[in-house]
Amino acid sequence: MQLLTRIVCALVLTALPGRALAQGAEDHQYTSQDITAGLRIYSSQCALCHGPNGDGVNGVDLRRSKFRRSVSDDDLAQVIAAGVPAAGMPGFALRPAEVTGLLAFIRAGFDPNGTAVNVGNVARGQGLFEGKGACATCHRVNGHGPRLAPDLSDIGSIRMPSALQRSLLDPTAAMLPINRPVRLVTKEGRTIRGRRLNEDTYTVQIIDDSERLASFVKADLREFEIGKTSPMPSVAKTLTPDQVADMVAYLLSLKGPQ
Amino acid sequence: MSVKTVVRCGLLVAALAASFQVHAQVPYDRILRAASEPQHWLTYGGGYDSQRYSGLTQITPANVSTLESKWVVQNQVFGAWQSNPLVVDGVMYLTERPNDVMAVDAKTGAMYWLYRYTPSENAKVCCGANNRGLAMLGDTLFMGTLDARLIAIDAKNGRPIWNIEVADVKRAYSITMAPLVIKDKVVVGVGGGEFGIRGFVAAYDAKTGKEAWRFYTIPGPGEPGHSTWKDNDWEHGGAPVWVTGSYDPVLNLTDWGVGNPGPDWNPDQRPGDNLYSDSVVALDADTGKLKWHFQFTPNDAYDYDAVQVPVLVDMNWRGAPAKLMLWANRNGYFYVLDRVTGKFLSGTPFVKVNWSSGLDERGRPMQTPQPTGSPTYPGNQGGTNWYPPAFSPRTGLFYFSAWDRYGTIYRKEESDYTPGGLFLGGGFTVAAPVPGAPTIGIGRKGPINNWTDEVGHGSVMAMDPQTGAMKWRLDQFDVSDGGMLTTASDLLFTGGREGHFHAIDARTGTLLWRANLGGQIVMAPITFLVDGKQYVSVIAGSTLVTFGLRE
Repeated sequence: MQLLTRIVCALVLTALPGRALAQGAEDHQYTSQDITAGLRIYSSQCALCHGPNGDGVNGVDLRRSKFRRSVSDDDLAQVIAAGVPAAGMPGFALRPAEVTGLLAFIRAGFDPNGTAVNVGNVARGQGLFEGKGACATCHRVNGHGPRLAPDLSDIGSIRMPSALQRSLLDPTAAMLPINRPVRLVTKEGRTIRGRRLNEDTYTVQIIDDSERLASFVKADLREFEIGKTSPMPSVAKTLTPDQVADMVAYLLSLKGPQ
Repeated sequence: MSVKTVVRCGLLVAALAASFQVHAQVPYDRILRAASEPQHWLTYGGGYDSQRYSGLTQITPANVSTLESKWVVQNQVFGAWQSNPLVVDGVMYLTERPNDVMAVDAKTGAMYWLYRYTPSENAKVCCGANNRGLAMLGDTLFMGTLDARLIAIDAKNGRPIWNIEVADVKRAYSITMAPLVIKDKVVVGVGGGEFGIRGFVAAYDAKTGKEAWRFYTIPGPGEPGHSTWKDNDWEHGGAPVWVTGSYDPVLNLTDWGVGNPGPDWNPDQRPGDNLYSDSVVALDADTGKLKWHFQFTPNDAYDYDAVQVPVLVDMNWRGAPAKLMLWANRNGYFYVLDRVTGKFLSGTPFVKVNWSSGLDERGRPMQTPQPTGSPTYPGNQGGTNWYPPAFSPRTGLFYFSAWDRYGTIYRKEESDYTPGGLFLGGGFTVAAPVPGAPTIGIGRKGPINNWTDEVGHGSVMAMDPQTGAMKWRLDQFDVSDGGMLTTASDLLFTGGREGHFHAIDARTGTLLWRANLGGQIVMAPITFLVDGKQYVSVIAGSTLVTFGLRE
């Protein structure tokens, strides 16, 4: 642990002067060095139970800052130190610098590359979203727009900047498996297309192209296909890199109802 | 008062006293012959051979579709409920997190008593405040605790009789398994493989709690096997024992699966085979002396605990009667061992395996470490894990839950050991189709399966031990931690993380009946009779449901 601690301390110390300079990262309180330091602690001490994405424990999603009882950074630090014995979480005797790194990592949504992504102007991004980008023809934001594609109202707090950029440029490569398009044919011969919401061994739940929630027993279907290609077009050829940065900025600003 | 009356009164008193002298409920003989009274569920594995095979036949493939819920017990605490109940003479004994014990009327679910033990605040467990159940001898129940104590509890009133320290909680020892009673002793092992413990199995006098023997799963200086560790690595090399063992009364050997070496993911930091990590050890039940061992994964880099329940089976092997041990291992291979000598008889992969290219004639894996950043199969949770398997002497098949096409990317680093601290030697991520996509963890995360089968899926597997070939398999969309129960009417009962409880034709794999119980099933169902009627109990989420036939 000593070697690791030394590395972490070094990273945190070198990170401090950088914090004031990180103007581009308007959505992050921390520099990527902070976050990287936290990543090391997280992956060696926390990931076993909380999982690589922070959602391994029921009711807790660290990446989205969803906790059972903690609200403030002080609350989190206390839980880290004392544990939650009833839930089987041990207390961790971390140094203050290690706790700081961990909080940085959690508050930054687990994204060590967060500041590496070019983040532009929110207002220009919103204009593109509703205009040239044609995003609003499928996506819904804060109660406006269709529900064909995933609702993006809180996308800024659940996806990392790098993932948002990838989604814009290469939607198929960035599509989360759960969101894959579904095509199925019922016993009666009716073809239904939609987006997958949930699935288990026997059933699948979708929102169809007419925005109806529908659940199907797989054994009753004549055909059932999960598409691997995203229906979303890439903006790589239609938008300039600066415009992509503006879009990322807008998407990052979507944090859900406050 | 005449002499006669005095004598008569004396006799009356004596008679009353005699009627209060209740005979011990579960003497050792009863456990020994558990198979002859399938109306009860007397040990964690349903009997010393841990076959989880019940002789009950009222519920059949023909009538299983008329099963209906008879009663439920709701868990009072939060978290995965891995407990395996015992049922003795119409009373169900059940644990819940962290260390509660309940006595429940097995016919109605009404509670007789509840005993709550609060483990020390110093208790540390890697993977949840789990408890998997109890053992019983005479009128006494035995429970291991999260703070590494062993408690004897009066089965009639839930009062503790004795409470002893098995190991030091400050060094992150814990007990999550159900103990095993053998003769007059209670045998239990310790968890803590992620905290640099030195693992062991120990036996305690059931009456007093006095330690009778202790077998360290890492040999000390001068003991055979010690040279498989370098320098003082053995002092904190893990090798925990966190799942119940089995017992062969004819050989008088008790067999235990041993967990991972520590630190988990950095084998370079502990060069050598690291005996007896990831091994099965066969111990003399009276002395704890090692008779033989077999190591599945030498110098393990993948957390492939061999903490599966040893399943003891007498059947022909290559034409001659044999005493076998069947073992689907976390490392992805299914093994057949000679349980008299520990000799390796056969081994075949049952899921995608790339950490090894095969086993040599002695069963030793030829290791093929994957390049840094590439996924290793099976992944960290293994091809299977602690979920209890079952064997049916009628079908000759071995049933277990497997995770297929599930891989993880390992990262190793130097770790310093500090007493009671995590000692992991790196970390891992689950191989996912998209960076940052949701993946599988320890236990189901919620009702929306947003990780999907693209990060691996579960399978109920029916293995023919004679050939190593799968007789049938039933694939599931999510992975499964479900244990198995099979019956003399050729039914197989099991469940999984999705909350579906299945009754399957044990011969063909045909799904005969299922119920959506709406919560993850992370234990093995049990079956028993009360008032001549057969019931099946299973825990899903925070609810224990007991099913019976519709009348």
